[in-house]
This record gives sequence, structure tokens and C-alpha cells, in this order.
Amino acid sequence: MAVSAENKRRLVTAALVGPAAVWLFTFLVLPFTAVVIFAFGERAPEGGYQPAFTLAQFANLGARSAAFTNTLTLAPIGALACLLIAYPVAYYLAIKADQKYRMFLISLIVIPFWTSMLVRTYAWMYLLGARGIPHLFELAGIDDVRLLNTPGAVLLGIVYGYLPLMILPIYVSLEKLDRRLLDASADLGATPLSTFFGVTLPLSLPGVMTGVALVTILLLGEYLIPQLLGGGKVFFIGNALVDLFLQSRNWPFGSAIAVTLVVVVVAVLLVAMRIAWRVSGSRQVDLI
Amino acid sequence: MTKKHRENLPISPDDFMHEFMRFKRGSVTRRHFLGVTGLGLATAVMARSPGAFSTAAYAAEDLGTKMSIATWPNYHDPATFENFKAATGVAVEVNVFGSNEEMLAKLQAGATGWSLFVPTNYTISTYHKLGLIDELELSKLPNFSAATENPRFTKEGQIDGKTYALPKNWGTTGFAVNTSKIKTPMKTWKDFFEVAQTEADHRAMVHDYQLTTIGSALVALGYGFNSIKADELAKAEELLIKVKPHLFAINSDYQPGMRATDAWMTMCWTNDGAQLNRDVPAIAYILGTDGGEIWTDYYAIPKDAPNKAAGYALLNYLMDPQNAVKEHIANGAPTTDSRVISLLPKDIVSNKIVYPDEAALTPLEFGAAVTLTDPGRAELMARFKSA
Repeated sequence: MAVSAENKRRLVTAALVGPAAVWLFTFLVLPFTAVVIFAFGERAPEGGYQPAFTLAQFANLGARSAAFTNTLTLAPIGALACLLIAYPVAYYLAIKADQKYRMFLISLIVIPFWTSMLVRTYAWMYLLGARGIPHLFELAGIDDVRLLNTPGAVLLGIVYGYLPLMILPIYVSLEKLDRRLLDASADLGATPLSTFFGVTLPLSLPGVMTGVALVTILLLGEYLIPQLLGGGKVFFIGNALVDLFLQSRNWPFGSAIAVTLVVVVVAVLLVAMRIAWRVSGSRQVDLI
Repeated sequence: MTKKHRENLPISPDDFMHEFMRFKRGSVTRRHFLGVTGLGLATAVMARSPGAFSTAAYAAEDLGTKMSIATWPNYHDPATFENFKAATGVAVEVNVFGSNEEMLAKLQAGATGWSLFVPTNYTISTYHKLGLIDELELSKLPNFSAATENPRFTKEGQIDGKTYALPKNWGTTGFAVNTSKIKTPMKTWKDFFEVAQTEADHRAMVHDYQLTTIGSALVALGYGFNSIKADELAKAEELLIKVKPHLFAINSDYQPGMRATDAWMTMCWTNDGAQLNRDVPAIAYILGTDGGEIWTDYYAIPKDAPNKAAGYALLNYLMDPQNAVKEHIANGAPTTDSRVISLLPKDIVSNKIVYPDEAALTPLEFGAAVTLTDPGRAELMARFKSA
């Protein structure tokens, strides 16, 4: 049987897209549909879900307003802290570092990803706990230094955990930077500082936006770090979800919060894309 | 291995017959015969591999090769599961949980894959009501002895005269105090919450668990441990939110913090109290004279257990006092079975953390089923944690 070129192309497309489409449908679309249905239901008397059609769960979102406030405050602060530390590192790697060592230095940033996030966070628990850094302070005569289970510890854990996700996109955009532009800027009499703010920074903004969006979105769902380094006293949306599904077993309310979180993430993503389009002046932005 | 199977035999057929006749005549011992023919080794190997030669107790049913249990942290002697595997060939996968609520949530969601689990007394009536557990067939559990059990710790396993769960260990919920750091003498939950805001500022831990955290706050205020009255809960919430800024953590995994001296005092279960005190003698375990919790953990079999036969076999194995006593020594929680007490070393029976005087237990209450499903307590806990 002869297969026309057109059909052949369609077949190839289907074969390439098919597995991903089936995967996403089964493990994303179907479960999320269930979550949306649950969000309009009621908590059964013994916990769990019972069918209903009510907006009561959404009306009750205020009962977790503290979790939303904490998350929506900490996610941008965490992303900003990551950015402030990541940019100089990425700049050094892309512009200043010797070509010979560049891959080695990048691998140093990536290597921590080879061990579990959980293990690395437990390591921080030990370092920040009484037998770790506070003990060194004690030896130096400074008593009663408390680091573990403070908001500072949570921020530290977040910066540590998410830093590579900020460094890598900024590095990529700086690495693509045409060096002749820097020379031209210098030839035209710009100081290094004004070259940085006039040329380098604007051209690397797409990378910055990618990094900020990536880290912010992941932070909106963060659960582990506040739980382990915040001592369970810092309560994020992720923690509220875990409690609602596993402790009070109020699945409909948990689903309503999950749906709201997805809406917030999509909104953040749209705003980030708008800004990225504006600064790059085109729609050719690879956001993630 | 060579290709001809005869060359791999430990003994040639002719020699085998020769040795067999010598054994029959009585010229050689049985041990010599088994040794020289290789049969001794073969028997030993066969005995270890189930299916071919099971022990009589497990021969009746096919137990499969694996099962899964849901239980609590630091609650079993790891050797127990190794020994069970050696005896039956069934490998046990252990799932560890932080709260009864979480166990219930998983069973409500379905398809847990557990063939045995360890719910606490106050949850069993809810599991029964939701149809998540079956009545136990006691004929499959000959090692269980109702006569030697203390009824105080078995009654919640029975509903309408039928047995749905068998007791594992009992215990109490008190608090552990590092007496090398905290000098104020403490006796009550009222003391606990006061010291948490003063001498133990940023050094106290409460459980991430509605039953004990809200219950202890209620007791400190002079109310019942299981109260769900709105005005009493409101008072408890006020106390908890006032204490929260002074806490080190809200976490049920308090042993690491106590051992590292990050935390100086914590709400604590008997078994953790015994383990902490054993390793760090300065850590004392105190039962509130104003109240608190007494509990029993039970074994039950989920209705949808994928390997019920193995679930029964493991439960029966754990009911054997010889095995239960090892569990007891490993986890430090007291037993409900007098057969096990008689096997215990003296220092455990006389340990007042593990076996407190009856008078210390009098003010304590068993958790009530209603706290498990009361939305008021769940929301209070969420407000406390997010405050």
C-alpha cells in the first residue's frame, strides 16, 4: 500500500507526540479533572469526599488565608534572594571564567542534584542544629545561637535548594551574549558599569525571567523545606494541602485550594511571559 | 559444574546405596549417613525454602512471597521481619506513618496494598463503621491468648462482641524533659505550657497531631482530653496560639531534636520516653497529674488486603510471646499480654517509664473516636499551625 508523503508526515507526528499526549492525559488531565470535581463536593462525615455541587469550599478559602499570604510573600522573596546570589555566579561563569574550567565549574553547580533533596535538607538540619554551627559559636564564647527552625533557616534552605535553577538559565542567556557589543560599548566611551546596566543586563533579562518564574512557581508548591527547617511553624499552601488530605481528610477543601493554587501559578506564568515579551521585544522567548 | 550430572553428585549411586545399607544395618550413625551423602545439607536448604518444605504451621495456605504492613516509626525489632521471612518465605515491606489520620486517609483512598496495619484504639470503631476492616478469624491466630490479655487494653478491638483487632502494645502520652537544662520541677500539663513560655523558651516541642496537642492543652486548662465543646476548644486554641511563638517546633519526630539538645522538652510517647531516657539519662519522662492520654495500638487486617493469608501468618507470628517479647525490648512500649511480661528482663518490668504505678495512670484518658473526625479540632490545628 502506498503511503502519501502527507500521511507519512502525520504518522510520524502522531508517533512522536502520542506517548507524551497519552502520558499527560493519564497522569495530568484525568487526575486534575478529579481534583476539580472534588473541589465542588463535600467532606463526608468521617472524612474524605462525598458528591455534591457547592461553592462552599471556595467560599471557605479565607480559612487558609495565612497559608496563602505566607506563600505569596516567601515565594517572591525566595526568588529574589536566589536571583541576587545567582546573577554574579552566572556572570562569572559565562563572561569571566576561563573556558578551560567552565564545564568543571558548571558541574560543581549541578552535582548536588545527584543526591536527594530530602537528604540535603536533613544535612542542613544537622548543620543548623545545636551540634552544628551553633556549637562552633559556643566554642568561640557566643552562647545560645539559634538557627534551626527560624524563618532565616527556611530562606537559607530555599536559596540553597533552588539556586542552580536560577543560575543555569541566566548563564545560558549570558553565554549567548555577543561579546562585540561589550567592545562596542567600551569603544563608544561607556564605563564598565554603564555597559553592564545598558547592555549586559537587558540582554540577559530573558534568562532572569525564566529563572524567576521557575523558582517562584516551584516555591508556590514548596512543602519540604518549611517542614524540616522551619519546624512545622511556618505554614505554606503545600503544608495546608498535606494536612487537609492526610490529617483532617477534608479532600474537597484541599481540592479547592489545589485548584486555586494552579490558577495562581498560571497567573504568575502569564505575567512573567508578558514581562519577558516586553523586555525582549519579541515573542521568541523560551520561558521554561 | 560439569556437563554430566553424575559428576556433580556429592556421592555416586553405588556408594549411596552402600552407605544406605550401612546406615540401615546400624554400622554408621544417622549423622554420618546424612553428612556423607549430602542429604543433610539438602534437608537444611529445603527447610529454608518454603513451598517445597514449609513448616507445619504455615503449610496449610499459600502465603506468597511478600506482604506489606503499615505501622509507626521505631516500633518493631527489624529482626522480627527477617525471622518471619526465614520461617515463611514472605518478605515484609514496612510503611511508617506519622498519625492515625494519615493511615485512615490512605485506607479511605483505597489500594494501599497493606495486609496488616497498626491503628490506635480510638480509630478502630471508625474503620469498622466505614467497612475498612474485617472481623478477625481467631482460628487462624492460635498464638493469641485472650485469657492472658488485660481487658483494659483489648476492649476497643471488639465491636458488638466480635474481634476486629488484637492489641500490640499500650502506652501513655506524657512529656520528656531534659533535666540538665530545665530546673523547674514539673508535674502537670499546666507546668508544661508555662515552662514552654519561660525557662524553655524556643526549646519546647509539641506534636504535629491534633489528638495529643489539643488534648494536652485542654488538660492544662482543666478540661477533658477529648473535648469537642466549642468554648473549651476556643480556650485551648488561645493557649496554643499564645505558646506558639515560644515553641522550638511543631513536629511528632522529636527524638532527633531532644538528642541534639536543640529541644529541651517535648510531648512524648512512652516508647520514645523509654528510648530517650535509656540513652540520655538526664531526659526524664513525666505523666501529667492533671491528665493526658493512655493508648493501645492494635493490629488489624484491611478488608482489601492483597495477601490476607500472609497478614494472618504475620499477626499470629507476632502474637507468639517469644516474638512479642523481642518487639517489646526493641521498642520500649509496654505489653498487654501477661505471657510476655513473664518473659521480660527485670529491669524493663521495674522501669517506671514503661510500667508506671497504677495511680499515675488514673487521671489519663483513652482517646475518643469523635476527635478523629471532628472538623472543629482539625480546623483548630490548622489555625494553630498557620498562626
